[in-house]
Amino acid sequence: MTQLGHYDSIIIGAGHNGLVCAAYLARAGQRVLLLEASDSVGGLASSREFHPGFKAPVAHSVNHFSKSIAVELGLKAHGLVIDVGSVPCVGLSPEGKHVFLNGAELRGVSDDEREAYARYSRQLQRFARALEPFWLKTIPRIGPNKLGDMLTFGHMGLNLRRLGKADLREFLRVFSLPMRDLMDENFDSDILKSLLSWDGLIGSKMAPRSPNNAVLTLLYRMVGTTMSGGVGALVSALEAAATAAGAEIRTDARVQRIRVSGSASGLRATGVELGNGEVFEADWVVSSADPQTTFLSLIGVENLEIDFTNRIKRLRCKGYVAKLHLALNSSPTFGGIEDSGGRMIIAPDLDSIEFAFDDAKYGRWSEHPVMEITLPSVHDASLAPPDQHVLSAHVMFVPYDLQGGWNEATRDALSERIIDTIERYAPGIRQTVVGRELLTPADLEHAFGVTGGHWHHTEMALDQMLMMRPTYEAAQYATPIPGLYLCGAGCHPGGDLTGAPGHNAAHEILK
Amino acid sequence: MKRYDAIIIGAGHNGLTNAAYLAKAGLDVVVVEKNDYIGGAAASREMHEGWIYSSCSYVCSMMRQAIHRDLDLSRHGLMLVPYLGTVSFADDGQVLKLYTNAEVEYLELRRHSPHDADSMHRFRADLTRYSQLIRKTLMRTPPDPVSFKPRDIKELLFLARQFWTLGEREIYEYIRFFTMSAAEFLDDYFENGLIKASMATPGIIGTALGVCSPGSAYILLHHVMGDVDGNIGAWGLARGGMGAISNAIASALQAEGGEIRTHSGVQQIMVRHGKACGVVLENGDEINAGIVVSNLDAKRTFTQIMDRKDLPPGIYDKARNFKIRGSSGKVNIALSGLPKFTNVPENRYINRGGLTFTGSMETLERAYDCWKRGRWSDVPFVESVIPSAWDPTVAPPGKHWMSNFIQYCPPKLASGPWTPEKRDAFGQTVVDRIERYSPGFRDLIVHMEVRTPDDIEKEIGLTEGNIFQGELTIDQLHFNRPFPGYAQYRMPVKNLYMCGSSTHPGGGVSATCGANAAREILMDLKRPNTVPQDDCYDE
Amino acid sequence: MNKADPYAGERLLESPFHPRQAPLNLREAWSAWNGYRFAECYYDAEYEYFCVRNACATYDISPMQKYIISGGDSEAMLNRMVTRDVTKLKENRVTYVVWCNDQGRMVDDGTIFKLASDRFMLTCGSSCVAWLKMSAFGFADVSCEDVSDKIAALSFQGPTTCAVLKRMGLDGIETAKPYDIRHFPFGRGPLMVSRTGFTGDLGYELWIDPALALELWDRLYAIGADYGIQPYGEAATNMARLEAGFIMPGMEFNEALKTVHLEHDHTPFELNLGWLVDFNKPHFNGRSALLAEKQRGPKYVLTRLDIEGNKPAEHSWLYGNKRCTKEIGYVTSAMWSPAAKANIALAMIRSEHLKGEIWAFIDYAKELRQYSKIARCTVKDKPFWAPGRARATPPADF
Repeated sequence: MTQLGHYDSIIIGAGHNGLVCAAYLARAGQRVLLLEASDSVGGLASSREFHPGFKAPVAHSVNHFSKSIAVELGLKAHGLVIDVGSVPCVGLSPEGKHVFLNGAELRGVSDDEREAYARYSRQLQRFARALEPFWLKTIPRIGPNKLGDMLTFGHMGLNLRRLGKADLREFLRVFSLPMRDLMDENFDSDILKSLLSWDGLIGSKMAPRSPNNAVLTLLYRMVGTTMSGGVGALVSALEAAATAAGAEIRTDARVQRIRVSGSASGLRATGVELGNGEVFEADWVVSSADPQTTFLSLIGVENLEIDFTNRIKRLRCKGYVAKLHLALNSSPTFGGIEDSGGRMIIAPDLDSIEFAFDDAKYGRWSEHPVMEITLPSVHDASLAPPDQHVLSAHVMFVPYDLQGGWNEATRDALSERIIDTIERYAPGIRQTVVGRELLTPADLEHAFGVTGGHWHHTEMALDQMLMMRPTYEAAQYATPIPGLYLCGAGCHPGGDLTGAPGHNAAHEILK
Repeated sequence: MKRYDAIIIGAGHNGLTNAAYLAKAGLDVVVVEKNDYIGGAAASREMHEGWIYSSCSYVCSMMRQAIHRDLDLSRHGLMLVPYLGTVSFADDGQVLKLYTNAEVEYLELRRHSPHDADSMHRFRADLTRYSQLIRKTLMRTPPDPVSFKPRDIKELLFLARQFWTLGEREIYEYIRFFTMSAAEFLDDYFENGLIKASMATPGIIGTALGVCSPGSAYILLHHVMGDVDGNIGAWGLARGGMGAISNAIASALQAEGGEIRTHSGVQQIMVRHGKACGVVLENGDEINAGIVVSNLDAKRTFTQIMDRKDLPPGIYDKARNFKIRGSSGKVNIALSGLPKFTNVPENRYINRGGLTFTGSMETLERAYDCWKRGRWSDVPFVESVIPSAWDPTVAPPGKHWMSNFIQYCPPKLASGPWTPEKRDAFGQTVVDRIERYSPGFRDLIVHMEVRTPDDIEKEIGLTEGNIFQGELTIDQLHFNRPFPGYAQYRMPVKNLYMCGSSTHPGGGVSATCGANAAREILMDLKRPNTVPQDDCYDE
Repeated sequence: MNKADPYAGERLLESPFHPRQAPLNLREAWSAWNGYRFAECYYDAEYEYFCVRNACATYDISPMQKYIISGGDSEAMLNRMVTRDVTKLKENRVTYVVWCNDQGRMVDDGTIFKLASDRFMLTCGSSCVAWLKMSAFGFADVSCEDVSDKIAALSFQGPTTCAVLKRMGLDGIETAKPYDIRHFPFGRGPLMVSRTGFTGDLGYELWIDPALALELWDRLYAIGADYGIQPYGEAATNMARLEAGFIMPGMEFNEALKTVHLEHDHTPFELNLGWLVDFNKPHFNGRSALLAEKQRGPKYVLTRLDIEGNKPAEHSWLYGNKRCTKEIGYVTSAMWSPAAKANIALAMIRSEHLKGEIWAFIDYAKELRQYSKIARCTVKDKPFWAPGRARATPPADF
């Protein structure tokens, strides 16, 4: 007996995880309302016009979206082609001795290094595959568990055991290793080391010398599938899948507050209130907003426990990646690169990453920024006028709290520094720049409502992973407030365009 | 030619402990030492007439009292005296005096921050709780997590049970503590910069991590999980310097009939038919023995005193990749009088503990940044103590000896190899740092000895001068120490064992590595165990 | 404090009343509380105790921690922190509260004074700054100010206290009911008087600017001289509070945040303080854990015991049988009660054994020789000492 304005589930935030969650819930027959604060869906993956005629999404590549989610949601039917092969990746060398990596194929290094890479890559692939099933599972609490939960642990143990003695021993050693150690143990080439460690570091507050989660992040990013059409195509397909399943999507609908009612037996989330005063009721309120926003702003501390609040407050949510968009009036030429459709990494050696990190520690951006560059318009012609291009760069490490604060002058200075750096590898590119936009972590926070502008909503670190993501008592998608669930990147398994948190949350709700 | 039951390479305190327990079980043992003195890094040496320096290691907290009592070290001359506390100096000249008296400490903390004075209770309770679990593992051999042997499974179950009894929430907090940075861990408790920095310093001592590096919170725990007479986190001095510990253990060893040969550096471990069978000394002499125990670090053992072809495949690479990074320096200073410090009142309690020239979190982290770049910082972290203020045996009456430990100091400089000039410049940096808080300090200096990681390596034989014989990060702790699969003191070559700090539980003058190794060796030799069980005050 | 004193930083602080108290402390029996020098007793603990029960006596509670919580959200913030419903507290009234961590384990106990609709004073035995800061996080309009050093406080307890205060000119003080707050002008500043205390007897607590502390003391002692006034210390307090059945941190419970062993702290239900937990109020910290505990029943219950004989049962083990083979709990505080002429104790007893026999195994010494005895214990439902005058309004003069 659904009354008007009453839904089975309301999902806050139409980022890709919100869309995935909505699609699953709607497919299960729920009446679902998806509320998005901005004027379009996609969140950090939505394409925005930053210069007349030029658009770009913040997340600039899809290379490890969960294949099973793509298949289950029938994204193919909505125009997506999956498994289009690996995304090529180039480590740019200031001397032009670039290193090219495309799946198993490695060029630009010695035979010895190639062999070492093959060995290294095979072992990491084995680790990645052993862990893969658990990205799409709720990680149970360590505690009094139901049989199903024990089975998850059992399965996990078995998968690791199946690696064999030697691999398991090695896994237990390397899982927390700093990227630098892993690289130094295996390789000699500086460019190759930077290139291979990049995926362990980007988006996190981790430098090459930091022990912790870098290897696990790398393994997390080694599974999943690539897609045609770039980020925009994925968002459109997810939107279509959710709508087709019956989910109702409202944009320009900023949720002000999650409504919580109290009784002698405790609290319960009953719906949401929009900024304009509209109220929607639902049995389940699912938030894809980051945990700090969800709990501290939308729920309010008066409904939470004090220590729990403190654990949410202490989540490490400050992002260290800035995004630069350049509108180019012609196709850029990178010296020594023929196919500029992949990712290009500018980080001449591991120290360059480490030292860029050191500057950010003290609230400054580095004079020698390191970055990943793509040209999204190569895959999605709609992003730029014909024969013109969009360059998108993820720049590390750029602090959220800049000493002295962010303003036009500091933003311009950083943009100039980044363009100078790119110019070194793509001479003449500066002349082709007709428009630009720099999104610092503070800007990302402002534009997308993501606390700290952190890609992953909160740091992917060992203490904020698995059954501790974002923090215990809210790590199985359910929260201390009955009826309230989380489905964003702040949940297991974490950030990036994978769809996994949205998928896992939907499964918990449907349990 | 005489054949010993066991040869122990290196008369550091762990080597001596190992030998003492083997001798106690009736084995005929010999300890060979390259230097003309024993003790390795735990030695007392007269470096200037009338002054006895603890030239490397200088304070003690991790020494297991079960071993102290069992080897009757007090009778052999060892007396450990607890410290009174620590004075920390901030960049702006502020001073934090943390003494062991709870009321006074509370007042002092409250002077800096009422919030932190309150929080300190929770911090101490949490830290004690975390350390209790690790303390239980110190004198136990780590299990092999991939083995199905009953013994390993039993030990794994023991650990799981200990972990489980922490309770669900504590397990999560424990994982957090184990993996995060000291800086972020402390942010949860403290607001005041000086208090935070002074609590963070144990997180960097001896390690190539910074206060902001994930993993440094564990290093912090490693330094505070020791105890003096059951007071977890307390530190003490050995009367007569750290050599008193080694000398007492050596005396216990000799009382059991063990032999020590100094001036006997080992050239190579002899391996015949896949079994270690003795050593060749640098002078060409061969000593044969049933087993060989290396107290050297893992890297040195496998890459310098073994023939690569004697090793199974992969071991050489594991040893080469073993992380043993020099990061600390030491400056020993003979003083003509007791130094005075700005903002520190002259009373009888000051100088009865440590002095830490801490600065702030940023000062500490920047010192690490310098290390990464192959330099030393102009404002390094210096941890000092003036043992002569309360140990009459280490300096002439009225004169003093000051031990200064410096974090960080690179083993290799970006500017090229260490030279005597650079070493002096490093020493002067340290003196400048102290002089800033103690005007006139320089004029008190009678003699000064500077040790860079390079010097420590050359003299003591610790690779890169790493004081722990290997970094204490998760990939090299417990069942991963020194390498996965070899954490039970048995090495890949039969009859070869390791007993130094490269093995579980790692660095510190604890005597546990040597004792644990002895227990394993005696088990293999089917001899009765002579190694005592640990006593846990907290159970 | 003497600037030249090289030990200044090592010495304990002195309360605003110290100049008057120090000469009276004939035994030089000092201990420490929150960094302050603080009297264990002045002359004789039992004598001081009888002054509380028989006449009137002062106890320096200046070292107690005091916080002013103010702002539009102060009530909501406190209400979420403590288990009692603060919204029911009227202005110028005091309430006894406990507060718990998320697991429902007691962080501390204390009193809340409602000074105005948006202004409260919280007092407690040891510092609570960090927990208050954590509790206030997320509330837009609340400030927590530590006023511990800015307010001098004297607990004034005993049957003649009302008479003394009346003679001091505190008009209408006799109309103050228990837990009422009254304000009076005193010299250059205000004097706040609350009808509260820790002795279970008639009594008041006097709160004043430290600059006026000595003036207050002098007035009180001038008038109190005819009413048998006497300072008393920690030891006498401990006797009086035990007779009244009040709990003491460090004796009956450990503060949860400062406890190493997680089983060594307590819930309000274990401390028999379930009546302080209000499940009908809005959300408060530890609520779901406490609800579960209430439904499950606490593991231990703090129980008042009357023990046969006259040997105080301090640190005694309790057994469910006379042969002492079935251990059921332990004594937290015990003494011979001079008021009740009974051998009394507070004890933690496993709830399932409350109904059965209770035996105490008591160790005691006679001229250095150790003896032990096994004594039968009886559970008392009422406090050992609860005189009518403690509640009477107006109180009689004697």
